[in-house]
Amino acid sequence: MKDEQEVTPLADIQQKNIRNFCIIAHIDHGKSTLADRIIEKTGLLTEREMQAQVLDNMDLERERGITIKAQTVRTIYKAQDGQEYIFNLIDTPGHVDFNYEVSRSLAACDGAVLVVDAAQGIEAQTLANVYLALDHDLDVFPVINKIDLPSAEPERVVEEIEDVIGIEAQDAPRISAKQGINIDQVLEQIVEKIPAPTGDPEAPLQALIFDSLYDPYKGVIIFCRIKEGTVKKGTKIRMMATGATADVVEVGYFGPGQFIPCDELSAGMVGYITGSIKNVQETRVGDTVTDRENPCDEPLPGYKKVNPMVYCGMYPADSAKYPDLRDALEKLQLNDASLYFEPETSLALGFGFRCGFLGLLHLEIIQERLEREYNLDLVTTAPGVIYRVHKTNGEVIELTNPSNLPDPTEIDYMEEPMVKAEIMVTTDYIGPIMDLCQERRGEYQGMEYMETTRALLTYHLPLNEIIYDFFDALKSRSRGYASFDYELLGYQRSNLVKLDILINREMVDALSFIVFADSAYERGRKMCEKLKGEIPRHMFEVPIQAAVGGKVIARETVKAVRKDVLAKCYGGDISRKRKLLEKQKEGKKRMRQIGNVEVPQKAFMSVLKLDEE
Amino acid sequence: MELYIHIPFCVRKCLYCDFLSFPCMAGEKTDYLEALHQEILCCGRGREDGLVTSVFVGGGTPSLLTGDEMERLFGTLRQQFVFAEDAEITMEANPGTLTEENLGGYRRAGINRLSIGCQSVHDEELEKLGRIHRFADFCESFSLARKAGFTNINVDLMAALPGQDLSSWEDCLNRILDFAPEHISAYSLIIEEGTPYYEQEDILQLPDEDTERRMYERTREILRKNGYEQYEISNYARPGYACRHNIGYWDQTPYLGLGLGASSYMDEIRFKNTSDMKDYLCQAKAGVFRREEEEILTLKNRMEECMFLGLRMTKGVGFAEFQEKFGVSMMSVYGKTIEHFVREKLLTIRENRVCLTEKGMDLANTVMAEFLL
Repeated sequence: MKDEQEVTPLADIQQKNIRNFCIIAHIDHGKSTLADRIIEKTGLLTEREMQAQVLDNMDLERERGITIKAQTVRTIYKAQDGQEYIFNLIDTPGHVDFNYEVSRSLAACDGAVLVVDAAQGIEAQTLANVYLALDHDLDVFPVINKIDLPSAEPERVVEEIEDVIGIEAQDAPRISAKQGINIDQVLEQIVEKIPAPTGDPEAPLQALIFDSLYDPYKGVIIFCRIKEGTVKKGTKIRMMATGATADVVEVGYFGPGQFIPCDELSAGMVGYITGSIKNVQETRVGDTVTDRENPCDEPLPGYKKVNPMVYCGMYPADSAKYPDLRDALEKLQLNDASLYFEPETSLALGFGFRCGFLGLLHLEIIQERLEREYNLDLVTTAPGVIYRVHKTNGEVIELTNPSNLPDPTEIDYMEEPMVKAEIMVTTDYIGPIMDLCQERRGEYQGMEYMETTRALLTYHLPLNEIIYDFFDALKSRSRGYASFDYELLGYQRSNLVKLDILINREMVDALSFIVFADSAYERGRKMCEKLKGEIPRHMFEVPIQAAVGGKVIARETVKAVRKDVLAKCYGGDISRKRKLLEKQKEGKKRMRQIGNVEVPQKAFMSVLKLDEE
Repeated sequence: MELYIHIPFCVRKCLYCDFLSFPCMAGEKTDYLEALHQEILCCGRGREDGLVTSVFVGGGTPSLLTGDEMERLFGTLRQQFVFAEDAEITMEANPGTLTEENLGGYRRAGINRLSIGCQSVHDEELEKLGRIHRFADFCESFSLARKAGFTNINVDLMAALPGQDLSSWEDCLNRILDFAPEHISAYSLIIEEGTPYYEQEDILQLPDEDTERRMYERTREILRKNGYEQYEISNYARPGYACRHNIGYWDQTPYLGLGLGASSYMDEIRFKNTSDMKDYLCQAKAGVFRREEEEILTLKNRMEECMFLGLRMTKGVGFAEFQEKFGVSMMSVYGKTIEHFVREKLLTIRENRVCLTEKGMDLANTVMAEFLL
């Protein structure tokens, strides 16, 4: 990306001196800090450059303290045995929404450093990540971080790791990534405990895509791990799953915050490929890159096309901004193969898009980026999952917009996606958490005690029940002591209905949603109550109704306004009076007209937060 | 033209009050009156704006000024401005601050109309408002005022008070009617941001909106039956006693505001004095008074104001008067809005004038906001 550095002759470093690894940890256990230390200690960056590198990342990532895009960096470490080693550190995304990306990043590694907080011990995400790493045959070694904390109990955590995960932990480095304590031990263990890659540089090319990035000058930059063979400028490549082809323009490796070109990448190496590829849709994570003149026999295992799990409608608050929203979504999609959108029209909200996301976090990130980076004011409808509608004529519909639900007479049955959720919780809060899962239609699967004070609860839950605010509820009911991870299980038949909202007897399509039949009344009642608080009083009474299949199940009424007058007119201060009237008029502009009722835009979003107490 | 004089001092700030007023510090009153004197000399010099048809001394509590102080103030005013012979000269007064001696001075100063802030006849309501007086103080003040020769007295009352119900309000009106004042202002309490009431709104037990509107309707009925005509949203008067000064505000008559934070409207420009006492005293010393928040009204602005101010009055705005002021017909500018609200029964056309209906008065802001262009 920037000016070229002195190119290290990669061919001079042998395959046996390469270490491809990642760091896995529960959120906040210090993954990124350790990554920074490793980069710093291997002499790549001065402290100031470190900071500059951090600044290159997305604002959102820093604010939320999570990694959204995988970061990869190659450093050189001179070990105590006197030899030089190439470290390829692949930083994986840190959220359950991006589980598939995590699994592909892991597949690009040969080993993993497991970071566990010396005070908090193992958390749900720690386990999920460890199992994921072990599934990919990675060699995992633990590191106990944050030993500088007064509450640190490294010995207890060592035992916990051995008992719960069953990996050797006695010689785990006790470190403080923040203070830079014992980082050397980590570096040495990376050399000792993580195996060198294997693979034949002469074999047909077989490279795993674990990420890609759109660059306006170079086109798509494919992040890959070369499993077999060699790739260089001019290689005629083919993406085996998408079928896309390209001629390699440049290969290289990852310097800190920059791409450094080199002559070739061969088996065992991690680096990037460019080839004037216009769209990340063609370079999907998990796909295999091969040489189309000398192709490998079969693609690497594990590829799947990730499909959005959560859908919502996104509308510009100002309908004139519709083309801008399309533009912005297209730009974001250049870099985000899992973002999906298609135009849709709502009676209430006008022209907009139905958008698909990997999860709610993904949704929030896109929403925030649209608002911040593209300066768009959005109205978002309630997010929902994809329901499978089995029609009586045998047809099966994947329903992403509740408005498109066929007539109930045409529906045989419906299915909804289920997840397997693992919740780690201290024993004090098992009760409240079980209550929560019960409320969310969870099916209890089992409970395992990790140690005397902590347990791992397993539930099967409808995805729909966890996408809104399950995580928040979990945190508040356990005072922050519960952690949570989930994976998709598949579809299960369920008794679902469409809940419609009528304002002044007109159905508002943007407020319809699918809900478990037994919860319909409760949800309908809450929706009406919430909307009553959001819709201003009009000169006439405005009924708000919730209905299922044309039958009204809940009702609230916004009473007609009786008084809108300023008794006193502050002496001669007419300007104050004018400002008041101007404000009133301005407020009216921010309303959506539904029939002859004016509904503020925030009413559409407020219904997302029905469970707030 | 009209004059407004602001006296920002009060004995103690009431809990609902968001006017520019505060208790007076030692010596501050003298300094302030001196500064006011300077401002009058400064702003009045060479004024050829025609006769002063009304003066209003507002506050705060202007009756904290002694008779002598008031006489001196008006002495300066009369030096600098030409008063119409029948000028309406009002001052605000609070029960408990009026004395026979001072009232004599006010009369000598030329004040011919008194506006007494009674607010309620019920002591427990007065106490909750944080008023300094009790109803007995009002009774005494009122009779002192009559004795001093005031034949045009307004009584300020407040409806929708904490804990007040309809019968308590009707009782209040009836007991004030016994005094037979010439004019009654009946305002509904407004909870303003920045006042102690604003913080306590939840615990104040304010009457609900329906009750408040019922109080408003009853006010109109009771006062009408007793010979008081409603001429503005919150004002009622016996024939010939409508407050000319206030009507001037609604009619866009030019006025000059003198004193701390006073607003003016001169030569189609709206502006204010500083609201900072120190700053005001400084400006007076320097002999240069600064206009703040100056707004030069465009034709559009003036048409808007003509409507949203004029509609406060029951007589509304005349088509002819609009045409004469702006050279265009009201219907060509506001035809659609007027027709819409006539259909909604919030506006009506009566004797070639557009005015609010009774329902329109309840929803005055809704209507007025639509007159902004």
